[in-house]
Parts: sequence; structure tokens; C-alpha cells
Amino acid sequence: MTRPVYINGIGSVSAQKTFDNASFLEDITHHSDTVLNVISPDYKTHIPPAAARRMAKGIKMSMVSTKIALQEADLEENKIDAIIVGTGLGCIGDSEKFVMDIIDNNEQYLTPTRFIQSSHNTVAGQIALGMGCKGYNFTYVHSAISFESAILDAKMQLENKEADYILVGGVDELVNHHIDTHRLIGHIKQEPVETMAVLKSGTKGAIFSEGAHFFVLSSEKSPSCHVELVAVKTFNNLSKNQVSGKAQTFLEENNLTSDSIDLVILGYNGDIEFDDYYDELANGLFSNTAQVYYKHLCGEFDTASGFAFWLGNKIIRHQDIPEVLRLNSVEISEPKTILIYNQYRGENHSFTLLRKC
Amino acid sequence: MGAGVAITGMGIISAIGDNVSENYKSLISGKIGIGKITQIDTVHKDEIMVGEIKDVNPSLEKRLKFHENQNSRTVLIGCIAAQEAVEQAGISDINDVRTGFISGTTVGGMDKSEQYFYDYFDRPDVRQHITGLHAGDSTKKIANHIGLKESFVTTISTACSSAANAIMLGARMIKSGQLDRVIVGGTDSLSKFTINGFKTLMILSDTYNTPFDDERKGLNLGEAAAYLVLESDAIVDKENKNVLGYLKGYGNANDAYHQTASSDHGDGAVLAMQKALEVAEMDPSEIDYVNAHGTATPNNDLSEGRALIRLFDGKVPEFSSTKAFTGHTLAAAGGVEAVYSILALQNDVIFPNLNYKTQMKEFDLSPVTEVKKKPLTTVLSNSFGFGGNCSTLIFSKAK
Repeated sequence: MTRPVYINGIGSVSAQKTFDNASFLEDITHHSDTVLNVISPDYKTHIPPAAARRMAKGIKMSMVSTKIALQEADLEENKIDAIIVGTGLGCIGDSEKFVMDIIDNNEQYLTPTRFIQSSHNTVAGQIALGMGCKGYNFTYVHSAISFESAILDAKMQLENKEADYILVGGVDELVNHHIDTHRLIGHIKQEPVETMAVLKSGTKGAIFSEGAHFFVLSSEKSPSCHVELVAVKTFNNLSKNQVSGKAQTFLEENNLTSDSIDLVILGYNGDIEFDDYYDELANGLFSNTAQVYYKHLCGEFDTASGFAFWLGNKIIRHQDIPEVLRLNSVEISEPKTILIYNQYRGENHSFTLLRKC
Repeated sequence: MGAGVAITGMGIISAIGDNVSENYKSLISGKIGIGKITQIDTVHKDEIMVGEIKDVNPSLEKRLKFHENQNSRTVLIGCIAAQEAVEQAGISDINDVRTGFISGTTVGGMDKSEQYFYDYFDRPDVRQHITGLHAGDSTKKIANHIGLKESFVTTISTACSSAANAIMLGARMIKSGQLDRVIVGGTDSLSKFTINGFKTLMILSDTYNTPFDDERKGLNLGEAAAYLVLESDAIVDKENKNVLGYLKGYGNANDAYHQTASSDHGDGAVLAMQKALEVAEMDPSEIDYVNAHGTATPNNDLSEGRALIRLFDGKVPEFSSTKAFTGHTLAAAGGVEAVYSILALQNDVIFPNLNYKTQMKEFDLSPVTEVKKKPLTTVLSNSFGFGGNCSTLIFSKAK
């Protein structure tokens, strides 16, 4: 019998004011742009200012998100025995600056800090260093399933008794050259779109953003825990007509049917070229199921599905589905079982199953 | 635990050969791959030595039948090594069972990103490299090249332990029944980015690297790709597969000491080796040969040497670092050295730690410096990286 996996603490820093766990999207920040930055928490209350000045934004966001998750799990940080991070690009701001320094100064006058911070595993390494955690330490860097890879690994660790208290999260930061180049190839929208109009944009590309979502997972249920991670599965590629079948098989593997799902969280980002992947589920298998979306609030980034994971946890915990998330008007009295589906540009698909416990 | 996880195929391309058999020939004939850099135009070209793969990109593209300049060198060499591994495992339909692909990389497509960084705006013909900056993009392309569909494909980036961790994850996924077969390893090409990064850390040697030598001056960067095919016992039995060796144990720990340096006493390394022995259900005394991380930096070799002394309680088995042959291939190193560990087991031979002359002052440890024939049953391989990442793999002979 494998051990269950409980989500004991959740933390989010995103383009919404999500860093306060006491509230739940009560105060929506409406954007009208093609790129969104996170709403910064007061970093000073979490990180000594001298240390914060040297830190890449991705590290700072992750540190705060981690502290929030630990606080909620009511867990001392020295209990954490594994740290697993997913990130599409790591601290890419430092990578960019290091490349620019190399080119602009013809490989002269370089300093190591930017190179060190540009290593993809710098967030996981910094967290381990800060906590003195000598346990398992992994970093996944696989585009839109970076976060799911980390979650899958954490689940395996707990089920196989390889670790007991795992800090797992996803982080990505948004920086200029990345924005400019991705706008060039049409991955970022050319025209600003208002938050509530994202689905109706009718244009190609997404609204790029950033964020850090960290969670404390354990087989020991904490008193404040409401949610169990049931399963997660990823696929490198799927065609549109395979999505429903794969979703169904995924549910069957977990002894569920589409009827047992109370709510689906879909990763619509307003890109007319790829949103129809979600339509496959929204208009088919789950047409009579309550549906929500979220990337109009948090934007698109490699670990944006970390926001969906956070959202699923919040919905079950608060037993409330804020109107701003709604895709349809199907009523549910008690959201208990949630399916999250995400993909990016038709690749790196993931299904994640959460359940009230 | 049973026999461990079966290894049924391997593939490699490095500075000492384009495939497994060429690498083996170089290892036993003392043919090193270190020299002056020829394929990257860097101002440091006279002050560094590197382990370059000899083929230039157009030759690699031709071998792979790829269009010109569509892929990073990291992808090209990754495709060559992964393809060899799949062929050696005798796989005719890669999607006939639940197959995964897990690759480690640190630079991904950085070779192209740094080349075209400012050019993208004026040159539509090079914009295919924009998304190559994602480390996962290289993995995606290699997975597509070997034909993987609707599968588990992911990328690990834990600096110089990336491939070792990819191998570890693959083994865990086979053992927990999530996959039947998985191709695991890593790929990293040379880039100005890493050359200059390591240069700022002042750990690059201006001459041939000399692991575990008292006079060692630092590392030589290298480039390589190497992959193993791991398969479940059920597949091995059903298809009567030829098993090359077994992955018996694996351990991962964090040194939690410094972002880029190892602790003086190698705490993380000791923990990783201990965990690997636990998983393998082995005593330290059962290890016949250690393929050390041995980068030839003052810090690594001291820390690793002390960790070995601690773990083996002073009775350190025969050990060597093969980095004098290949240079430090960063994310690929754990994959390269996994292939070498299996070659050691298959041929009952310990590969020499070249360029070693003087014992380190700090301890009484000398590596094996000549090709040495010896019956080997179990080999331990270490990989350590920035961010405190420490990983150990234990391989055993095929029965």
C-alpha cells in the first residue's frame, strides 16, 4: 500500500495578490498589457535586506513563497528532507545579463555572480543552503511540465518512503530580452488585452508573466490540511483529438470517471492557435462539469500551472469558486475532486488530480 | 532488492570518440581528447584547453540528415548518442511499451542563444533558435528524433550532476512501475557562456587537467552526450534482452555548504554515497572500483578524496577519474561516466587516471594510473555540481 500524499502548505507569489493566504482572490488586479509582473510581497519582512539585494528575483519570489507554505503547514524548516523545484528558465535575468556582458565586453571584466545565479538549480540550491537541508535536491527544467515533473517526483518520494516532508515548487521570472525575442516570434501578443477579455482576444500568442508557487507535501496530514494529491501525468505531445481519450484513461487509472470530477481547471491563455486543446474537454467530456480558467489572472509562463495547483487547493479549502474564474455556470455545492489540465502550444500536456481530504 | 534495474543499451559521443566502441578504444589506449579550442572563437583560446567533439556542426547535421543550422549542438550530439543507445538495445518500435526519456543539460541551446543574441531582431533566418534557450527544448528535439510519442519526457538541470540524476529518476520510475523502459543521460555542448563562467570562477586549467594530483590547476571543460536504456525485468524477460549491466543503487544529497564550492569534508558526497549503498543493500567493502567525479579543481578533489576516506573508513578501493580523457562534460558527465563504468564491468578493466604525478599533501590516496585488468563486480560513480548537488550511482555486472 503506497502512502497518501497530502498538501499541507501552499504559497504563491503571482501577478495577483496571492501572497496572503487569509484571503482568496477577493481583490483582483486588472491588467491591460501583453506582459505582467508579479505583485511583489514585502520582501523585507521575509528576507534580510542585505541578502535580498544580491538575490535574483526568482530566488526572492521562491523564498517568500516557501516561507508562506511552511507557515501554513506549521512546519519548522529543518523538518524538510527534500527540495524539488521546477523552472522553465531558472534565474534567466542573470543568464541574459551574463550573455550581454560576454558580448558587450568581448569576454572581459566578467564577475562570477551572474554566472552562478544563472545555473538552473540555483533556486533549489539557495533554499537548501538557507535551510541547511542536506536531503534530496532536484531541479526540473522542462517547459510547461517543469512544475508537474517536480510534483510527480515528490509524490514518488513520499509513496516510496524516500522522504517525509518535501518542499516542492515552480518558479519563473520575466525579463526583457526574453520578452522581446518571444514577441518577435509571435508567442507574446502584439496588442494589450484587458484581464477579463483574454479569452475573447481573437489573436495569436499569450500574455507572458512570472511567479513562484511552493508547496509542502507529506504523507503526514497536518491539522490545517484539506487536500490530497491523487495523481499527476504528463505527455510530451498529444494531438487535439487525443486529449479527451487521454483524460479518460487518466481518470480510469485512478478508478474515476468524468462524472466523479466536480471541477476542471483549464489553462486557457487566449491564444487562438492553441486554446482549442482546452475546448476538447470543455465542450466534450466535461461540458456538464463546472469549469474555471486562470491565466487571465496570472498570465502564461512555464510554471503557470503552479498557479492552477494553488487555485485547486484554495477552492477546496475555501469551498468557494470566485466568479472571476468561471467559464460556465454549472453549480456545485461542494467542490471535492478537481482535475487540472494544462498544455503549452500543443506540447507538454499534464493532468493533475486533487481531492478533498 | 533484486538485481537492480537492467541496462540494455548505451550510446555516447565525446572528445574521445563518436560511439561506445571508439570511447572504449581511447580509454584503454590512453588516447586523450584534450586540446586547444577550435570550434568556438573565444579570446581565451590560448589560455584554456578543452575536450571538443571533433566533428563540426555541419558534419553532425549531415550524419543525422538534419537541415543546416536548425538545432543547437547540444541537440545534435544528444541525438547521436540517444540513437546509438536505442539501436544497441535492439528497440524496433520505441512506443511499443511505456517508454520515457529523461535528459540532463545545463546549457541547452545556449551555444546558439549567445551567437544570435542581438541578431534575432534583424535576422528572421535564425529565429528558430529563440525557443532553444529553454533547456527542455533540447530534450524535446531528441525525444522527437528517437520517435517518442505521447510519453513521459522531462529535463533535469542540477549542474554537473544532471545526467546522474536523470539516470536515478529513470531507475526510480521503472522500479515504481510507472515506466517499462526509459532512456536516460545527458548532453551539453561547449559554449562561450560556460567557458567564461568557469573562467570567472578561476577553476579552469591552462594545461591538461590532472585529477587528484597535488599540483592540479583546475578543470578542462568538455562536451559530450551519453545515454543509457533502462528496462524493466518484465521486458527483459519477455524479449530475452541482452543485459549490459545493472544499476543497483543511487543516492542524492545536498552539501548545503556553498553555492559553488564543496565542503572541506565532503558531507554531501558522503551522504550521497551512503544512500546509494543503502539502496543497493551493499557494504562499502563490496565496491571494486570508484569512477570519481575528480574534476581536478583544488576544491573538488580534496573534498571528494576526504569523502571517500570517510565512507570507506580509510580503505578506499581502487579509483580513477576519467576527466583527463574527456574534460569535464558538465551535465553529461554522469552519463559519460555511467557508460565508462559499464564498460569497466563488461571488460574487467579499470581506466587510468592520466596526468597524475604527485600525491596530494592532505591524504594518502593515489588513483590507478595505468590500464589495469581486474575482475570487477561493482563500480561506484560520483557526480557533484553547483548548488551543492551530490549524486552517486552504483553499477553491477550483468549476470
